[in-house]
Amino acid sequence: MSEHHLPGTQVPTAHIPDARGYFGAYGGRFIPEALVAAVEQVAEEYEKAKNDPAFAAELDALLKDYTGRPSPLTDVHRFSAEAGGARVLLKREDLNHTGSHKINNVLGQALLTRRMGKTRIIAETGAGQHGVATATACALFGFDCTIYMGEVDTRRQALNVARMRMLGAEVIPVTSGSRTLKDAINEAFRDWVANVDSTHYLFGTVAGPHPFPMMVRDFHRVIGVEARQQVLDRTGRLPDAVVACVGGGSNAMGIFHEFIPDAGVRLIGCEAAGEGAETPKHAATLTKGDPGVLHGSRTYVLQDEDGQTIESHSISAGLDYPGVGPEHAWLKDTGRAEYRPVTDRAAMEALRLLSRTEGIIPAIESAHALAGALELGRELGPEATVLVSLSGRGDKDMHTAAEYFGLYDAEGTN
Amino acid sequence: MADTKLTAALAAAKAEGRAALIGYLPAGFPTVDGGIAAINALIEGGCDAVEVGLPHSDPVLDGAVIQTADDIALRGGVKIKDVLRTVAEVAAAHPAVPVLVMTYWNPVDRYGTARFAADLAAAGGAGCILPDLPVEESEEWRKAAAEHGLDTVFVVAPSSRDHRLAEVTAAGSGFVYAAAVMGVTGTRAAVGNLAEDLAARTRATTALPVCVGLGVSNADQAAEVAAFADGVIVGSAFVQRLLDAGRTEDGVAAVRALAGELAEGVRRA
Repeated sequence: MSEHHLPGTQVPTAHIPDARGYFGAYGGRFIPEALVAAVEQVAEEYEKAKNDPAFAAELDALLKDYTGRPSPLTDVHRFSAEAGGARVLLKREDLNHTGSHKINNVLGQALLTRRMGKTRIIAETGAGQHGVATATACALFGFDCTIYMGEVDTRRQALNVARMRMLGAEVIPVTSGSRTLKDAINEAFRDWVANVDSTHYLFGTVAGPHPFPMMVRDFHRVIGVEARQQVLDRTGRLPDAVVACVGGGSNAMGIFHEFIPDAGVRLIGCEAAGEGAETPKHAATLTKGDPGVLHGSRTYVLQDEDGQTIESHSISAGLDYPGVGPEHAWLKDTGRAEYRPVTDRAAMEALRLLSRTEGIIPAIESAHALAGALELGRELGPEATVLVSLSGRGDKDMHTAAEYFGLYDAEGTN
Repeated sequence: MADTKLTAALAAAKAEGRAALIGYLPAGFPTVDGGIAAINALIEGGCDAVEVGLPHSDPVLDGAVIQTADDIALRGGVKIKDVLRTVAEVAAAHPAVPVLVMTYWNPVDRYGTARFAADLAAAGGAGCILPDLPVEESEEWRKAAAEHGLDTVFVVAPSSRDHRLAEVTAAGSGFVYAAAVMGVTGTRAAVGNLAEDLAARTRATTALPVCVGLGVSNADQAAEVAAFADGVIVGSAFVQRLLDAGRTEDGVAAVRALAGELAEGVRRA
């Protein structure tokens, strides 16, 4: 797989933010002075690491021998029949070690942490997948690890809390605000301000202050680089559309990026619409939000007329976030990518459908992309090929799914 | 250009051979009118300048005490117009005392940078402290602020390198806010040695007064900081007094009493 050697950091990209970290009007660095030196250090170290063959070789080896890359591409014929007959191909990030795409970014930043001479890592997590990946890398590298997780999420993703603690991480339930991902990020920033000398904040998505949106994207670009070649090898042509779920948007940026120059390939991000984008209970930031500043960058934000963040809602802890990565904001405004809302109900139906037609239980986050693919396949018809980022596996969601579908009942309702 | 109200207030304290006392409370806490009474009490107790906080849904730089106050204010329905009314009433009651607004950036961004500067100036406000708006992102704000005669106070931190301190202090006016502990807002038991070093390094880059905030909560700490700073900034300790009080009028009295103690502290030789 030498042609896939560290694609995220070694292959030139047309989408480099400007010197202040802006993708068009979005991005930048809105941070307190106390963090400026630390964020500059991350940016400088990443620039050096990007051009260091030793860094590339070490990350490449980890991705191959530890994560299990390249991840497979799976044709899902029975599922495709429900998607208007369009050919649906799944990029299987769920088969990575730790069970999601999150490990790609975590290993890159863990290597960077070691280069910076820091010994402690903190991270936020929503569904727990980024937290598990971070706890895993900390075990592997011998770093101290503290994970902030909204109290609501510690309950709905209890399995992942246990996994993180098993791996030696301290998991701190966050009880402020909406007690979900947004507030976990707030608390991680508070920790970072107090402990910045020893600590790297291993941010888990393509949001936050520059260079995080660019750097996290680069570590995930491997998804799209692999998938583009795999689709070409398998089908002899490019897909008609690439579909991914978008909370902060890391797996979507990862799979989209390599396709941005392919003008004929539609890029479709599926946002969590909760009970419906027309109701107050959703997390459809790009569909319903407005430009503003949240967690260090200018992007779309769910906010009121006073600039106060509105609490988001989604059955999926990983998509339950009122912001989004700034590069997605730019892709939306330029029209290069489209963003669609997907309700809790549609996502859960897609979760069950993939489970029962293909024997693959997806994460609820990824099920939003599957629901989008079903809709898109029906629009495009049987000649179309739709590539879907299956960003994570659903083990962590069995409690939520069991309650939703009544699987704990004596006979099960379905 | 004539001195701004803020520059004049700090100069007056210096002329008395002492550091200034700057008090902070969020608007709308515990209610809008209760907050106005409490901020007036800061001044009546002896503060030379006040910072009116604009409560935010995501106060990432604040510790538990100010988070709690912001929550109470927002649940009470405080809006930006209430913050501006707070500024207007305090400024009207104390025309010589500079009233600053301390706010995270997004509310200003959303309200409209030029509109906020205009409305704050019209309310009699003296300027803004914008702790998550670094110098690099501040050009539009500074232009609007200058147009309306508002000061822009920038924050420096112990982690700021010397070249960075020079960039930050060159962009600001009024005073430099030295946030002299690494961490979120909240009271501390001891005055750390980071503070004096930061004040000295900051002073080396600017003629602006250097005011220090690091969780001061009593007169002895205020005196200790006043020995090396041009101003002592106190926030969480005042908020705590209001949180501890059962009734708003008791809280206001407690705030006034604490301001008096701290004002005595900054006057010790």
